Amino acid sequence: MKEQLAQIKKRAMDELGACQTVKELEDLRVKVLGKKGELTGILKQMGKLSAEERPVIGQLANEVRQELEGKIEEFKAALKEKQLAEQLASERLDVTMPGRPFELGSMHPLSLVLEEIEEIFLGMGFNIAEGPEVEYDYYNFEALNLPKDHPARDTQDTFYITDNILLRTQTSPVQVRVMEKQKPPIRVISPGRVYRSDAVDATHSPVFHQIEGLIVDKGVTMADLKGTLEIFAKRLYGEDAKTRFRPHHFPFTEPSAEMDTQCFACGGEGCRLCKGEGWIELLGCGMVHPKVLKNCGIDPEVYSGFAFGMGLERVVMRRFGIDDLRLFFENDLRFLKQF
Amino acid sequence: MNLSMKWLNDYVKIDVPPREFAHKMTMSGSKVEGYEIEGEGISNVVVGKILSVEKHPDADKLVVCMLDVGKGAPVQIVTGASNVFPGAVVPVALDGSVLPGGVKIKKGKLRGVESNGMLCSLNELGLTVHDFPYAIEDGIFIMEEECEIGQDICSAIGLNDTSVEFEITSNRPDCLSVTGLAREAAATFGKPFTLPKPQVKGSGGDIGEYLKVRVENPELCRRYMAKVVKNVKIGPSPRWMRERLRASGVRPINNLVDITNYVMLEYGQPMHAFDLKYVEENQIVVRNAKAGETIETLDGTVHSLSEEMLVICDGKKPAAVAGVMGGEYSGIMDDTQVVVFESASFKGASVRTTAKKLGLRTESSSRFEKGLSAKLCEDALLRACELVELLGAGEVVDGTIDVDNSNETPVRVKLEPEWINRFLGIELGREEMVKILESVGFVMDGDDIIAPAFRIDIEHKADIAEEIARFYGYDKIPATAIRGTAQGRLTPEQVFERKAVRSMLAMGCNEIQTYSFISPKYYDKIALPSDSVLRKSIEITNPLGEDTSVMRTTILPSMMEVLARNYNNRLPQAYLFEVGVEYIPTTPDRLPDENKVLGIGLYGPQADFYTVKGMAETLFGALNVAEADFIPCHNDPSFHPGRCAKIAVNGKEVGILGEIHPKVLENYGIGVKCFAARLSVSGMYEAVLPECRYKQLPKFPATTRDISVVCDESTPMMEVEKVIKKAVGKSLESISLFDVYRGEQVEKGKKSLSFAISMRSYERTLTDEEADNSIRRTLKALGEMGIMLRG
Repeated sequence: MKEQLAQIKKRAMDELGACQTVKELEDLRVKVLGKKGELTGILKQMGKLSAEERPVIGQLANEVRQELEGKIEEFKAALKEKQLAEQLASERLDVTMPGRPFELGSMHPLSLVLEEIEEIFLGMGFNIAEGPEVEYDYYNFEALNLPKDHPARDTQDTFYITDNILLRTQTSPVQVRVMEKQKPPIRVISPGRVYRSDAVDATHSPVFHQIEGLIVDKGVTMADLKGTLEIFAKRLYGEDAKTRFRPHHFPFTEPSAEMDTQCFACGGEGCRLCKGEGWIELLGCGMVHPKVLKNCGIDPEVYSGFAFGMGLERVVMRRFGIDDLRLFFENDLRFLKQF
Repeated sequence: MNLSMKWLNDYVKIDVPPREFAHKMTMSGSKVEGYEIEGEGISNVVVGKILSVEKHPDADKLVVCMLDVGKGAPVQIVTGASNVFPGAVVPVALDGSVLPGGVKIKKGKLRGVESNGMLCSLNELGLTVHDFPYAIEDGIFIMEEECEIGQDICSAIGLNDTSVEFEITSNRPDCLSVTGLAREAAATFGKPFTLPKPQVKGSGGDIGEYLKVRVENPELCRRYMAKVVKNVKIGPSPRWMRERLRASGVRPINNLVDITNYVMLEYGQPMHAFDLKYVEENQIVVRNAKAGETIETLDGTVHSLSEEMLVICDGKKPAAVAGVMGGEYSGIMDDTQVVVFESASFKGASVRTTAKKLGLRTESSSRFEKGLSAKLCEDALLRACELVELLGAGEVVDGTIDVDNSNETPVRVKLEPEWINRFLGIELGREEMVKILESVGFVMDGDDIIAPAFRIDIEHKADIAEEIARFYGYDKIPATAIRGTAQGRLTPEQVFERKAVRSMLAMGCNEIQTYSFISPKYYDKIALPSDSVLRKSIEITNPLGEDTSVMRTTILPSMMEVLARNYNNRLPQAYLFEVGVEYIPTTPDRLPDENKVLGIGLYGPQADFYTVKGMAETLFGALNVAEADFIPCHNDPSFHPGRCAKIAVNGKEVGILGEIHPKVLENYGIGVKCFAARLSVSGMYEAVLPECRYKQLPKFPATTRDISVVCDESTPMMEVEKVIKKAVGKSLESISLFDVYRGEQVEKGKKSLSFAISMRSYERTLTDEEADNSIRRTLKALGEMGIMLRG
């Protein structure tokens, strides 16, 4: 029986060496070690042995089993490793070939920058208010200290619907609507479309966008106006952005100012982009005119505030170096996909 | 407003370079747009005297001149001009000189004869005959100026002024004048400002013998002043006056006309000069025009006047449109002998509407319409007469006509230094404030500030604060952070809208922005029937053109335009969306409803009806909108009648989508199928479900059954699905359609729908029997509708 065991072991070892696949190894394991396998067959004959021989043979049979099992596992592992290595080698890709693209949509450049500006003001505690584009003359002009026949109305060539209804020429009417509805403290911006009867060319469009801003509270000063808008300019153009405020005139603010940012192309030296001035106008602003506060039912002796407004298109054009305003509304995909 | 620096220096001595002047003036409120240094582009051009002129040996049209240019040997120059002669004094561009426009002159040979420069015409120096009326247009500028041979040409002909261009805001018509800007400059630079009262000697006589004036509408003509000049000698104005007019951008004409322009530029008060011989009956009547009256203005056009327009008439007919422009026959001619100077105050609003109606916006009207004080009339009139005497252009008749109904009272505002400091965020002493105010013409009366008459913009203490701020310096006001706490946040609607945009982007759609106004013809293009309510749009009364004349009631045509444009640009596919507004009229005196809409439009090789539908469904899912019903819609004229669905959520319509009707595609010239959707943003927002609650992950396995059923081709899939859902009941986890079959295996006119049905209980594992029972119930329910299991 000892010899039989030795033979089984030797034969199995020989066959093991010839196995090329995991399946062959498995077949071998079943043939030798399985329920009906050779080794099991031997063990079944154990009953015929004497009491002295039994434990000796039993131990020997177990040793053979363990050894064979170990070997088979070892060969299996080595074979798997080899197969994997072959597979990996055969699966090599040219990683310099292009990836399969995912088509993401693109935001319109105007929306893209508008959202950025909105985020800046949201971070400074402003809410976002909206108002109608088809607007009453009262809100667009009269309440903003621009009575009929006011010469400044001429500079905003207006589209009229009726004598009293028009397409708003500015986002400022939203100021009035907000102040009518809400008591101070007020801190809002109001982005939106505005309309002026300018013929279409590279720098004019009858439809464009403005962003209006308004703060009303007790004790708001012109110094606050400067501080707030300087922070805005830095957030928009970077910490190094330099600004200047120079006097201007708007009927609904007093004092009024325009805020310029230093020309980034020439650093203030004066170049073609800034028309030699060294500065580029960014927005108009000023302390809310006491008459406007009063028109909205806010006591100018108790409250003060400031307002500002800027054109979105110009900011976006400067940002991306776009030289023709018409591109925004033509919506050529070759343009849109650049953003 | 273009300002001559030489002229400015009559009133305030400014000795800083133009760039610094421009900067400081801008920072104190008079915005400088740019400046032009005259003669800047000219170098090495000198005054020369022609010594001899000889024929060119080899060219008939050329002559050879020898010139004395003030230094060294005479210079030889060849010219083609025919007006040169020995003794003539001319501008000589020497070798290496530069002319306006960067033209460089170098010596060379002309037909073999050496030429060491060029003789210049007016044009070559950047001038016209208006600058030097005695010169000729096409020929060398033969100078009659007092100058030295060899002198630099710019100084010789006074081409050494600097013209500064200001952008004056509408509240400061006083700054549309040399004296107004001089006052601002004086305050800006801390220099004294002097404005002497004009002095007129007079020459006897009595104006009453020449002219009568009657003002019939004192509301529109608050003051009318006139003086008469006799024995007028018309001729060119002196060089200094022409130069200043030129630097101000005004063309010199003749001495009398130039005087009126000069005074307007200097004082900001428009003037007019009439030739008395054309003033019929020697009387001026200021009245409203009569219906049917016409006037031919100085520019040669005939205008019909209407009754609200104010006109200056003689005894019979309108001779000028008040404050706007004179009539053709009222002006000054070469044979004019007696001149009437008018200096009047007309109501701004009236001048503005008249000028606008007549399409005649002039230097005069643009000043009047901003509002000019009646106090200005007198000094301007006297200044004109002073200039007449100075120029020897005529004799001023004694006496002045002054019909004054102005009754202006000076504006008083209390000086409140504390309030001003608090308002501006600065700390400035009262005395400093007073000093600033007095420097720009305000007068203190105790605690009151009296505004000068020309400051029509002052009425409130905030206006005073601005004066203080301007000269204190906006740049010196500190920058402080706003106090108080505030929470900036988007409203839920705004969050929703942003999420919608994000979802569209994630689905690969590009955002577009289109005009809110469209052409009414666009409604034809999307095939709206003539009686469609959508054709009732808000109309613009003064549109730029028909293309932009009505506010869109539907976003669809805007989208179609963009699809067509991209199609024409040969883009193989376009997936687009826009969040835009549709404007739906209400009643004529009320504002329209402005409805925000999400428009989707697409075409491309992969696109079909289910692409746009899938987008809508995915969007609703992303936005957590309640389940939508897609109801077949056969009658929307813009869409394919068999490929269009209205979308309803909770029984409310929120939009429509489908394939664009082939006729519409044809209207846009699009050769591929297009698909579009219009979704109401508010409609979707209102249908948003409550935020999701976490659902425990299942512990027990699902049981799945696939069934294929055969139904009529016309049976909507959704109807079948609804029956299955109901029949399976509570244990239904999901149902999905995985195949639709038409063909040999099923009867004609029928289709086979295959569904995968997944059932699950959260309490236990469902038994096969339970699952089979559900399917049996389902088949029975379907069977009652005539829908059978596919054999």
